[in-house]
Amino acid sequence: MSSLHKIGVFVCWCGSNIAATVDVAAVAEAMRAEPNVVYATDYQYMCSEGGQSRIREAIKEYGLTGVVICSCSPRMHEATFRKAAQSAGLNPYMVEIANIREHCSWIHKDRMDATAKAIVLARTALAKLNLNQPLTAGESNVVKRALVIGGGIAGIQSALDIAEAGYEVDIVEKTPTIGGRMAQLDKTFPTLDCAACILTPKMVDAAQNEKITLYTYSEMESVSGFVGNFTAKIRKKARHVNEDLCTGCGLCQEKCPSRKAKNEFNMGLNTRTAIYIPFAQAIPNVPVIDTEQCIHFKTGKCGLCQMNCSAKAIDFEQQDEIIERQYGAIVVATGFRPISLERFDEFGYSQNPDVVTSLEFERIMNAAGPTKGQLVRPSDGKHPHCIVFVQCVGSRDTSGCGKPYCSKICCMYTAKHAMLVREKYPDVEVHVFYIDVRTPGKNFDEFYRRAVEQYDVDYIKGMVGKVSSHGDKLQVQGSDLIADKQIIIDADMVVLAAAIEPDPEVRKIATMLTASIDTNNFLTEAHPKLRPVESPTAGVFLSGVCQGPKDIPETVAQASAAAAKVIGLLAKDKLKRNPCVAHSDEMLCNGCSACEKVCPYGAISYMDKEFRVPGPKRTEIRRIAVVNEAVCQGCGACTVTCPSGAMDLKGFSTKQIMAEVDAICR
Amino acid sequence: MKFSYYPGCTLKTKAKDLDAYGRRAAEALGITLEELPEWQCCGAVYPMAKDEIATKLSSVRALVSARDLGNDLVTLCSACHHVIKRVNGDMQNDENIRTKANNYLQLETPYAGETKVIHYLEMLRDVVGFDELKKKVVNPLKGRKIGAYYGCMLLRPSKEMQFDNPENPTIIEDFIKAIGATPVLYPFRNECCGGYVTLSKKELAQKKADVILESAMEQGAEELITACPLCMYNLDANSTAHKLPVHYFTELLAEALGVK
Repeated sequence: MSSLHKIGVFVCWCGSNIAATVDVAAVAEAMRAEPNVVYATDYQYMCSEGGQSRIREAIKEYGLTGVVICSCSPRMHEATFRKAAQSAGLNPYMVEIANIREHCSWIHKDRMDATAKAIVLARTALAKLNLNQPLTAGESNVVKRALVIGGGIAGIQSALDIAEAGYEVDIVEKTPTIGGRMAQLDKTFPTLDCAACILTPKMVDAAQNEKITLYTYSEMESVSGFVGNFTAKIRKKARHVNEDLCTGCGLCQEKCPSRKAKNEFNMGLNTRTAIYIPFAQAIPNVPVIDTEQCIHFKTGKCGLCQMNCSAKAIDFEQQDEIIERQYGAIVVATGFRPISLERFDEFGYSQNPDVVTSLEFERIMNAAGPTKGQLVRPSDGKHPHCIVFVQCVGSRDTSGCGKPYCSKICCMYTAKHAMLVREKYPDVEVHVFYIDVRTPGKNFDEFYRRAVEQYDVDYIKGMVGKVSSHGDKLQVQGSDLIADKQIIIDADMVVLAAAIEPDPEVRKIATMLTASIDTNNFLTEAHPKLRPVESPTAGVFLSGVCQGPKDIPETVAQASAAAAKVIGLLAKDKLKRNPCVAHSDEMLCNGCSACEKVCPYGAISYMDKEFRVPGPKRTEIRRIAVVNEAVCQGCGACTVTCPSGAMDLKGFSTKQIMAEVDAICR
Repeated sequence: MKFSYYPGCTLKTKAKDLDAYGRRAAEALGITLEELPEWQCCGAVYPMAKDEIATKLSSVRALVSARDLGNDLVTLCSACHHVIKRVNGDMQNDENIRTKANNYLQLETPYAGETKVIHYLEMLRDVVGFDELKKKVVNPLKGRKIGAYYGCMLLRPSKEMQFDNPENPTIIEDFIKAIGATPVLYPFRNECCGGYVTLSKKELAQKKADVILESAMEQGAEELITACPLCMYNLDANSTAHKLPVHYFTELLAEALGVK
């Protein structure tokens, strides 16, 4: 530690966020008495221009060599303060943040205790700062190519926007076609335009754009590297159909004798063949063989598709292929699925085929669906005369059976379904049970009111307690909270607005990307308000429902926002690297390889080096660890693993951390 | 196999059959049910009050007594099972109740919910096993169309009772299959029978019972079985329009095992 340090301390009020609980003036005063501190002050908003200029002026006036800011989390404003310090000629790594908001004022009630703790936190930052060394950030290249994981509307929109800016984009989609959930929808609220009519042209655009490469029926195998320099391995699963030869004529589908597989695209409402194209507008228009259903794969016989394929595209021998590529940025757009209703047996979903989910109902209403758009009951194909819709099935559920959050899209699509039914079949009576009707959005409430006022949809505030079959009717028991009475409706169909949840694949992807995820499996944003489309992991961006429930317009907006962020990143030729990286003291290193084994980034290698030694031999060759600073992310795993204490982290040295601990314990 | 057994007051008075057949059947299955010495009334209704323990103490005493004997505790009456199991849950999870109950009882070894409480039906399912039970049936009840009536007490609150899926239970249907009869599924098998409301609003309870019986008959049930004396009363004595024979499940078990 150098006694030449001149340190300034700046205590932020954060309006009342800190000042209401922490006596900021007392913190500044206590810090003034600390060794090396030559200046200490407090200010209402340190991050504002006024606050920043105070820092700049103090650096110049007092010749400060280091700055402690007592404020919010460094994740919020560390970059802001470093920039301010730098503009006044101070090395940005001579700035330390004491987090007295999230770690102090927000979690404590007692002003005395909180103030005492804030002083300790400030002293801790000071203790570290006393040992800081000026650091200079190096630079790394940016690979000018983006990866989009998920080929639904979110992924398609992100990819189109990135390609539009002139960068190469790859879309990885696990199902045989792009299109995602939106491809399954019939009409979209609040305009009632047909989903396919607005989605399929975008699918075609994505397929025809020469900057976009589609990897359908493909899954992420692994991702390594860091922002600007990711390396991804993609498993292109064997379709058993040669994409280059196939003409998409569909004859194989017609000839396939295995017809019992549940049709995923139609939510299992009908069956499909073992070799199949999910739907007529699928992209690519190339079938896939479902090897679990295919007679050839099960018994070695059949082969009818191969015999009938004039293009000779069927290839039973085809193997999975691993594609390895470099990317500068990654967009996660993995989407959602409706929750399983096995914990909601009161609605009798598993026991009665006429109790369907909204997504199943969407397929029933769809002209390209299993009933060709005819509204009929799945059980007997009869036209229903009374339909009951139940909202919030598993949403806003605090019982633990469902999800605690609002799925956001159900109020609107239920209104849409109710309206479409009444429009097409005025003879059908429609009831909707709801907890609240939530329709914030452009033209959304007007849409819902149209369902009520113009189409006479009967909205009942209350919940359904039981759905049971009575002859060929479904008896729906519910409560009408406004009339304060129990009601029973004899319905022909019941449609459940099941909550939506992130696709379960997202957990795997998040682990691969070291992107954080919340308790509901939604990916976490870098900042909920100010950085809503970025993951806290640099270079990883969020698009669509993987980040939280949203409808199509919101998804598209977020997808474009994520694309804008990607374009901003790819437009740079060089990225400033984090200078807080590991380095090895070659005099202490014994070459044991422990650090190499724990390094998640593969940043450590070994070299043999000649050292002078006392005695007649004069020199000896020793094996020592070398850190590749371009690859190291400064996670510190090696520093705690190293048995000889040779590994240390710049900016977070063992000495500095011990000094912090000492300051806390003082 | 030996269990401590808690019969409860009603099984000594109005529901003697439930108890007697249950004991005989257990014996035939090679299970010893040892009645707890000096058991007291469970309280009959689980006390929801969080600030007093008096109404929970008798259940705690039964639980402690089983623990001291080193046995799991088998119950038979739905209401007793409900009260004792939930009080045991409180002793496991509610520090306030646990401390107060232990302070009051001044036990040699404090009690923290160690006793495993299982209902007779759970004993059949998890200890004997329905497949094994089937093998021991000497008089299968072939051709009898039986509706299971669960009531509320065994199923809810499901997180605490951990008995079966509260909305679509199957344990009694599996039992009916094991004794050779045909279970009849009907949607109202887990609806409330009216319970104690029958004391203050008889018509309401009657209406509830009638709906259940109607639902069972509509699906083709020719008799019902239950594990609860109060359900038995409401379905059997209290219903108005539709009469359907209602039995305790232990009666049919004893019959199937040839010990009725």
